[in-house]
Amino acid sequence: MKIQEIQAEIVDEFSMFDDWDERFQYVIDLGKSLPLIDEKYKTEENTIKGCQSKVWLHAEENGDKIVFTADSDAIITKGIIAILIRAFSNQKASDILEAEMQFIDEIGLKEHLSPTRANGLVSMIKQIKMYAFAFNSKHN
Amino acid sequence: MYFCVQIFHTKMLDITKIRADFPILSQKVNGKPLVYFDNGATSQKPQIVIDAISKYYQEINANIHRGVHTLSQLATDAYEASRKKIQNHINAEFSHEVLFTSGTTHGINLVASGFASILKPGDEVVVSALEHHSNIVPWQMLCEKTGAILKVIPMNEKGELIMDAYDKLLSDQTKIVTVNHISNALGTINPIKYMIEKAHAVGAAILIDGAQAVPHLKPDVQDLDCDFYVFSGHKICGPTGTGILYGKESWLNKLPPYQGGGEMIKEVTFEKTTYADLPHKFEAGTPNIAGGIVLGTAIDYLNSIGFDNIQQQEKELLQYATEKLLEIEGLKIFGTSEQKTSVISFNIEGIHPYDIGMIVDKMGIAVRTGHHCAQPIMAHFCIPGTVRASFAFYNTKEEIDLMVEAVKKAKTMLS
Repeated sequence: MKIQEIQAEIVDEFSMFDDWDERFQYVIDLGKSLPLIDEKYKTEENTIKGCQSKVWLHAEENGDKIVFTADSDAIITKGIIAILIRAFSNQKASDILEAEMQFIDEIGLKEHLSPTRANGLVSMIKQIKMYAFAFNSKHN
Repeated sequence: MYFCVQIFHTKMLDITKIRADFPILSQKVNGKPLVYFDNGATSQKPQIVIDAISKYYQEINANIHRGVHTLSQLATDAYEASRKKIQNHINAEFSHEVLFTSGTTHGINLVASGFASILKPGDEVVVSALEHHSNIVPWQMLCEKTGAILKVIPMNEKGELIMDAYDKLLSDQTKIVTVNHISNALGTINPIKYMIEKAHAVGAAILIDGAQAVPHLKPDVQDLDCDFYVFSGHKICGPTGTGILYGKESWLNKLPPYQGGGEMIKEVTFEKTTYADLPHKFEAGTPNIAGGIVLGTAIDYLNSIGFDNIQQQEKELLQYATEKLLEIEGLKIFGTSEQKTSVISFNIEGIHPYDIGMIVDKMGIAVRTGHHCAQPIMAHFCIPGTVRASFAFYNTKEEIDLMVEAVKKAKTMLS
């Protein structure tokens, strides 16, 4: 599936929720549901330090695609990571570079991506784009 | 000790009336009534302070200390009257020992920077494990610059400084001790009078970071006998970008100026500049005139409520909130000294403080989460941070009930 299609799917899922607490509960459950990164990749090098919560991000090449795995010590942050990974992992570098972040706004989680939240998510998105940029430069 | 309130001298505060002084408190946040428990970060401002800022710009705005015209005189008089007011408030011997700064951080940096001309390699600077980063980093920078050595007073599990260890750290090498009056992260009230005596006994100077103390008590700098006492205006109902550095006259005369510029000079030629007398030697450039004047208004406001009353109200809030929060299973409070102010730093087992903060915010509760700019304290307890609720005299038990309900909901959602 293309990034845009996955994003539309996520927006659709979130449209079921009327209240903030239902949306939060869904994000929390996403955060709890899966181990997002192999423990061995939780290295200092892969750490993105937010002021409040920590994020780990690991990238691997898979043919012409990039596979991202990530984690956080805070569960809401981790839930949002699960959403971002679903949208951006296993995609072509050029698609990742072109992708918009509008969908986060549409699912009512924009506040979590504000730089003032200091949860590491903004840096994580930058890092995802950096990996895609580096991948592109290497192969073109 | 500071909460040993003399019941007979206090009256019950009319909290409803006091809350009406603070327009922001009647706001809704995320559709819920605001519960503001982030007073340790900054206090809210009463209407009288907000009005005084406008009044200054509407009526007497002019640059100070240099104009001969009437407005400049009026502004200068108001600014200097505020300095005197603050002198009285902290019981400084002279008004020129009271320097206006932009805040606590500015005050600490000014002193630390001045000590660069005093310290020699091998001299020692003593800080404590309970400090805010702003009372650690300037001293580390000073040590890097001078070759002095930074020593740290450790703390115990209750979040109290260990005085035996402090006594052992002091020696002839100790040139300055710097410690907070009250910890921002845990609320512990440090035994600063004892610490000041001990520092002086080895000939060291001592700076007290009073940022978290002045909202709760009136420091008496002569009784304390500290060499420096610093605090911010915005934590005591005053404007942001204001602060005070009290320094003993002898020390302020000894330290070199911090910044060069206008106002701090006596005479300038290209060969040599002579510096102005205190306090102007340390007040280069046009200061935050409105802020300095209105800081006096804020202090008047607090004194009109009375610090005995403030302490009484905050003590009740602290006790009530501590009891209610501890009813939540798995909740642990960090900072359990008998001597503490109305600050509760806590975590719930297995839950990240950031997650709790995010959820209670949705319910209108403003608490601080994170390391509170005191990472060494968090490292001591092996935690990434805490949720910190800090109460002011305008808070109520009903608000505490709302917070406790919100924390319970967060716990259910996150468990």
